[in-house]
Amino acid sequence: MTAPSLFRDRILPVLTVIAAILVLWHGAVIYLNAPFVRDQAARAGQSVTLGQIVSQTLNQERPVLPAPHQIMAELWDTTVAKPVTSKRSLVYHAWVTLSATLMGFGMGSLLGIVLAVGIVHNRAMDKSLMPWVIASQTIPILAIAPMIIVVLNSIGISGLLPKALISTYLSFFPVVVGMVKGLRSPDTLLLDLMHTYNASSTQTFWKLRWPAAMPYLFTSLKVAIAISLVGAIVGELPTGAVAGLGARLLSGSYYGQTIQIWAALFMAAALAAVLVSIVGAAHGLVLKRMGVKS
Amino acid sequence: MNAYLFTALLVWLCAWALNEWLVRLKPATPAGQRAIGIGVPLIFGITLLIIWECVVLGFSIPPILLPAPTAIWVKLSGSVPVLWADFQQTFLKSVITGYIAGCGLGFIVAILIDRSPFLQKGLLPIGNFVSALPVVGVAPIMVMWFGFDWPSKVAVVVIMTFFPMLVNTVQGLAAASHMERDLMRTYAASWWQTLVKLRLPAAWPFIFNALKINSTLALIGAIVAEFFGTPIVGMGFRISTEVGRANIDMVWAEIAVAAVAGSVFYGLVALSERAVTFWHPSVRGGRR
Repeated sequence: MTAPSLFRDRILPVLTVIAAILVLWHGAVIYLNAPFVRDQAARAGQSVTLGQIVSQTLNQERPVLPAPHQIMAELWDTTVAKPVTSKRSLVYHAWVTLSATLMGFGMGSLLGIVLAVGIVHNRAMDKSLMPWVIASQTIPILAIAPMIIVVLNSIGISGLLPKALISTYLSFFPVVVGMVKGLRSPDTLLLDLMHTYNASSTQTFWKLRWPAAMPYLFTSLKVAIAISLVGAIVGELPTGAVAGLGARLLSGSYYGQTIQIWAALFMAAALAAVLVSIVGAAHGLVLKRMGVKS
Repeated sequence: MNAYLFTALLVWLCAWALNEWLVRLKPATPAGQRAIGIGVPLIFGITLLIIWECVVLGFSIPPILLPAPTAIWVKLSGSVPVLWADFQQTFLKSVITGYIAGCGLGFIVAILIDRSPFLQKGLLPIGNFVSALPVVGVAPIMVMWFGFDWPSKVAVVVIMTFFPMLVNTVQGLAAASHMERDLMRTYAASWWQTLVKLRLPAAWPFIFNALKINSTLALIGAIVAEFFGTPIVGMGFRISTEVGRANIDMVWAEIAVAAVAGSVFYGLVALSERAVTFWHPSVRGGRR
């Protein structure tokens, strides 16, 4: 792909849409925050001009919808301007969430791969487990999150593990489904070839099924890591706003600190983007080593 | 070894052996095959419940940590009115309204931007990006904007379901091949005719994929949004308050209701998928 077409076909449209969103956002900020400004002015017995409304709505302390520059200022203030160890530092909270996410993601992927290997190799497991694996995801696990956390707390397990367990539960599903599909993806011709080589089922697994499943695995891992971040954030809600991005959301909503909520949201979005692109990069690297794409 | 645990072990081994035997049967009739397809997971599920019951009784786990399935059932059948009120508030009002509005909006926007490749190229990466974000985080903001009652939950559900629907519909509308589109062109078909007769049918598998993803997302969104503020009714509210009051059996009853509601919802979407995309290889080949 050449550079100019990359710009015209990928970057320019995205930038245009982002610019449109920003314009709409500022419009919404003025529209949503204006009643408060008018109200304040009416109480003070003053009248406000349109220019004053615009400048005041963009710089309220507790706006209904904060302007992007306020969020950026809050992000800068809580990430760079504060020491990382401070309880007010967003980096600290992001790290708490990130560690739970990664732990849950690791356990979930491992569980998913093990289950998928079992399902592919044992017919009884396939028939009896697969419907329940699918049904398990129609259960809103996030609803169970507070109970898991409170119950585990009462038997003395607290901190990282309960949150990680929620992430595990959410992230094992895409891995199971993707890996079962991937491990079954070699067609009869290839399996027959392995058979003519007199390959044992272990050999078939490591030399044929496992490599063939790699693209499926990484596609599922991308979904899994995004969803385990959601699990970690929701897992932090019922612990009573101690630490983590979820706690920032909750305390922000208790005290009406909209800017804090939005800053936590942006941090979570950035975290998700970084995690997904790391998995994507690993995907590209593995496929390159296997010689799938030049 | 205690008798309950021994029973649990025995039931587990018997059920495993039974399932191993059942999957090796090759019934001649399709009805027999279907019976095995339903029976095997059913046996597995019942075994799990029995083991759960026996483990709770055998280790005498206090009901505050993990109640036995029978205790949950007693609680469930004893508090139907409360559960029904919660179900109405959360599922019928928040989830269904939000699901229909979010999916409908995603679909309509996808059709609208279909004619502009520029908008598609701009919106698709952003839509994909937003789909990966922890969108439930907007719940506190929506509760602030729309109040404690169900409209704020609907707003969360709409935001959560919109982007998967948009991305999948746009992809689905691009699924019809060039040959088929050229054929429609030689018939002098208008854009609308091409859309209704060729591209929408080709897009159904993608759209149903989004509908299925959204059916679980919608329930999660509504319940989580209730953690941030709600009137004194609703599944998420009930779960968080009953956890606080240590009525774990009531929480499990609520979870059972949510699980059944979620599964039935998903099942209905999957059934209508089979009816609408009857021509698709994955449906036509029968279940594997």
